[in-house]
Amino acid sequence: MWRQRHLTDGQEAGDEIMELLSLSAVELGRAIKEGRTTAVEAMETVLSKIEETERYLNCYITVDGASALERAREVQAQIEAGVLAGPLAGVPVAVKDNLCTKGMLTTCASRILGNFYPTYSAEAVTALEKAGAVLIGKTNMDEFAMGSTTETSAYGVTRNPHNREHVPGGSSGGSAAAVASGECFFALGSDTGGSVRQPASYCGVVGMKPTYGTVSRYGLVAYGSSLDQIGPLCKTVEDCAVILEAIATPDTKDSTQVARTDTDFTSALSEDVKGMRIGIPKAYLYGAANSGKTANRKKSEGNTDLKQEERGGDTRYMEQGDCESSSGEGLAWEVREAVLAAAQALRSQGALVEEFDMELVDYAIPAYYTIASAEASSNLERFDGIKYGFRAQAEGLHQMYKKTRSQGFGAEVKRRIMLGSFVLSSGYYDAYYLKALRVKAMIKKAFDRAFEKYDCIIGPAAPTTAPRLGESLADPIKMYLGDIYTISVNLAGLPAISVPCGTDGKGLPIGLQLIGDCYQEKKLLRAAYTYEQYKHQGETGSCKQEVK
Amino acid sequence: MAKEYEMVIGLEVHVELATRTKIFCGCSTVFGGRPNSHTCPVCTGMPGSLPVLNKKVLEYAVAVGLATNCRIAPYCKFDRKNYFYPDNPQNYQISQLYLPVCRNGYVEIEMDAGGADERKIRAQETAAYSQGDTEGARKACTRKVKRIGIHEIHMEEDAGKLLHDQRQDCTLVDYNRSGVPLIEIVSEPDMRSGEEVIAYLEKLRLIIQYLGASDCKLQEGSMRADVNISVREVGTETLGTRTEMKNLNSFRAITKAIEAERNRQIDLLEEGQTVVQETRRWDEAKELSYVMRSKEEAQDYRYFPDPDLAPVRISEAFLEEIRARQPEFCTEKRKRYGEEYDIPQYDIEIITNSKHMADIFEETVALGSQPKKVSNWLMVETLRLLKSREMDPEDIRFSPKHLAKLIDLTEKREINSTVAKEVFEIMFEEDIDPQRYVEEKGLKMVSDEGALRRVVEEVIAANPQSVQDYQSGKERALGFLVGQTMKAMKGKADPAGVGKLFKELL
Amino acid sequence: MVNKISDETIEYLSILAKLELTGEEKEQAKKDMGRMLDYIDKLNELDTTGVEPMSHVFPVENVFRDDVVINGDGSEDTLKNAPGQKDNMFVAPKTFD
Repeated sequence: MWRQRHLTDGQEAGDEIMELLSLSAVELGRAIKEGRTTAVEAMETVLSKIEETERYLNCYITVDGASALERAREVQAQIEAGVLAGPLAGVPVAVKDNLCTKGMLTTCASRILGNFYPTYSAEAVTALEKAGAVLIGKTNMDEFAMGSTTETSAYGVTRNPHNREHVPGGSSGGSAAAVASGECFFALGSDTGGSVRQPASYCGVVGMKPTYGTVSRYGLVAYGSSLDQIGPLCKTVEDCAVILEAIATPDTKDSTQVARTDTDFTSALSEDVKGMRIGIPKAYLYGAANSGKTANRKKSEGNTDLKQEERGGDTRYMEQGDCESSSGEGLAWEVREAVLAAAQALRSQGALVEEFDMELVDYAIPAYYTIASAEASSNLERFDGIKYGFRAQAEGLHQMYKKTRSQGFGAEVKRRIMLGSFVLSSGYYDAYYLKALRVKAMIKKAFDRAFEKYDCIIGPAAPTTAPRLGESLADPIKMYLGDIYTISVNLAGLPAISVPCGTDGKGLPIGLQLIGDCYQEKKLLRAAYTYEQYKHQGETGSCKQEVK
Repeated sequence: MAKEYEMVIGLEVHVELATRTKIFCGCSTVFGGRPNSHTCPVCTGMPGSLPVLNKKVLEYAVAVGLATNCRIAPYCKFDRKNYFYPDNPQNYQISQLYLPVCRNGYVEIEMDAGGADERKIRAQETAAYSQGDTEGARKACTRKVKRIGIHEIHMEEDAGKLLHDQRQDCTLVDYNRSGVPLIEIVSEPDMRSGEEVIAYLEKLRLIIQYLGASDCKLQEGSMRADVNISVREVGTETLGTRTEMKNLNSFRAITKAIEAERNRQIDLLEEGQTVVQETRRWDEAKELSYVMRSKEEAQDYRYFPDPDLAPVRISEAFLEEIRARQPEFCTEKRKRYGEEYDIPQYDIEIITNSKHMADIFEETVALGSQPKKVSNWLMVETLRLLKSREMDPEDIRFSPKHLAKLIDLTEKREINSTVAKEVFEIMFEEDIDPQRYVEEKGLKMVSDEGALRRVVEEVIAANPQSVQDYQSGKERALGFLVGQTMKAMKGKADPAGVGKLFKELL
Repeated sequence: MVNKISDETIEYLSILAKLELTGEEKEQAKKDMGRMLDYIDKLNELDTTGVEPMSHVFPVENVFRDDVVINGDGSEDTLKNAPGQKDNMFVAPKTFD
């Protein structure tokens, strides 16, 4: 029954499906409300799309089609009865598998939770259900959100819908790929060091990490509690604002949530960046050593191989002479060009865009991995084979603990648990953990200073486009360096959004990251929306030219 | 010459707070119930669950800190203490290490010159008092005051309960107690004897019970003491290596364990060996201790600030609020009683030694009873019954209203003292209304002069020998005659009145 | 590598973290951790004297609950995912001697 307003006669059924799937979440919600389609039809369409492409992509760990359809029918009835009237009512949603869903398998992509059925739902999931969104299933991810490629999942890799030889990014790779492929209309992810924004960038969708404390973390299986935030992955900036508005509800169960009264994010959806001050950190584009403001430092093994090794197939890298920094130098030239073009676009719309010297860019990654690993080592202690999840057979308590955890966790998780235990252990706490917390304070200050001058900071979401499958895991440090642009945002608790800003020569998407001061999501949404609309007009414009 | 040693003792006292709910979730703290019935995702460490602090826990902790002369931190945080054990569902305990809520306090304990603890002093006092030796009782009251420093007080969560299943040779875990709020009171190593340790614990118990923050029962585990002990040669300044003794469930166990550990450490040193810093578990039945941890339980707790809990800022206004709510403590009460009531110092000490008993005393007096009479009922009959039933003063159930009525009945000579004691015993068990009870059971004294005179005359007629003895100056014979009369009256007569009547008739 | 991780350190960390690593995994862990620590040592380039460690990024303070019982009997949910249970309790390997 799906009809576009001006449906042409004789349109193929397959096209209809494609058109339905091409709608954004908000467009679909509107179509359902106006009776042009139903929640049930939308769910059936998504399920058939999953049926068709899931065997190649593996976006999901769990799909519960029967429950989803049943729920879609209930929601449809409530919409028709006028009980549900919100913009997301009837819209199918996918949820990252580290968010608890009552009665639905929640694995965190780990063997250790291979049989875990939560008895309650995460607050963000409950909020979406209240808004009438219908849960399709649980998306694949890096195990316990530790990774940047979705390859550390115990349930197989997810492939990038734009090129199946490439990763979708991570850790919310399943969510990003599901949105990009039409296997859902929008999804939730979690972002501890870029885990929403980076896969959004690799998959060509919009992804946002709100200010720390905006979305309740209750029911999100913790990785780095002081850094974790839940965020939307979706097709448009408008969707992003609508979803964020739905999940940024106050919750007394999360002590770290901030009571906000400014969560009417959709009010920021206007094309207006006139006079907006936008800064681009030079270090993001050229490397910190070339920005001239960072401390002198000696060469270390970890970061020099980035510029020597080829990543992402035939992607070329910037040639930056004697660059010693980990940031900037690994930046693919096509990514840089796309970001600069986006900056130019914003300038053309009246924004004041300039490059500036951002401090401490190179210190975010080591500080982050110290803090995140420390918190993770503690957060993951509860997985011990006694209360839930996998339990190995062994003689004696401690043997049982060790066998359960060694067989239950994958290599990357164990690596971070070991590192985290080390930096907290007696004799190393001050030198490593406290040092990292001090650097975190300095990074936060550096952002504070930047936001005295700028309304938002822009740069790439990731140094490259999506790497090929299997290229990243061999060298963990190299993989960690890919998080250079996203990680400092989590340390400082800031909001940031990734919006598509082009593709590379292979057709792989590039993401533009916009970073705001805390609680300034609206500025970000306004800038991102303006850019998106400008780009969209440009695209339709060039399309017309081609036709001529 | 044999070396002389002294002990250096510090205590870590855990007190379960009397809140309705657990420290980080809305589960009940009520004792008992089906295993795991008082649990939720938070106190069982379910993935994704998050803690939220119970405000009452902070209030109690600050109240105890103020009552023990601590400096209250303007800013405190919670830390995670990481260790794997099945009673701890998250495998970390939320506690406070870096910024505890209270620091640098003290309590004063009173010791006599010989180092005897308060109980011994009290025993001496009781003995002196019961012999009417008020001078002796007063002498025992003069004591030496010693200050025991409190290093810190912090808030933390309790662990679950482990049970050994004999049949399947496994451990069963019940999380009903998991997350029950505790405060840990860490003393300075200021104690030098088992007696001082007991006196310190008694003092803490008294303060905390006065606050209503806990019932502080060692046997039931609502107050638990871990004892850190080291020995050193008398005259040395440096501390010896200490051991920590756990599983001490009574004052007796504490005294025994301290004595045993002292001897064990001295023996080691005398043999030229060294004391190893370790945690030992006291076996009460065998009266010896053994090392608790294995290699798999390295004591490296990797404390770090819990990112899930917001820090606590304690304002002056909050402190004022708590201060205003602080009760009148034992020392102040004793002073006031001395000024307000004409009762012996010894009575004051005993009565105020339990907040509950002091409350009963004050409320009964407020209902119009004479302080001296109330005090007598508490000091004699109440203490006797508590002792015979092995109960604490905190367990007293009779109400001030009923005690006042009972006193009133005796004052108005409606019942005699024997009947009063009988009624009190029932009141002690069931808190009955004495007036109604006396009426229902017909226990009132016979006030009919004619009836009484008739019985007295009958007794005189039936006991000529005793009458003769009395008339020849044997005072004791009167007692016999009165007794016979009381028997005939089924106890419902006023013995003094009966005696008077005999004197009149003979 | 500046940071050399000893077998003893790996052994100690496996006790703390309750992980049992194979010989191969141990060698890999030594290498990985050494490299990571070399990288983390980069933080020592910064003078952090006088900088307060920041454990919480925002000044959210004094978040409390009232002392009111809101949960009923949770035992069924609590035990739902238990690998082993008996008499309404979790079954764990024995902890008593």
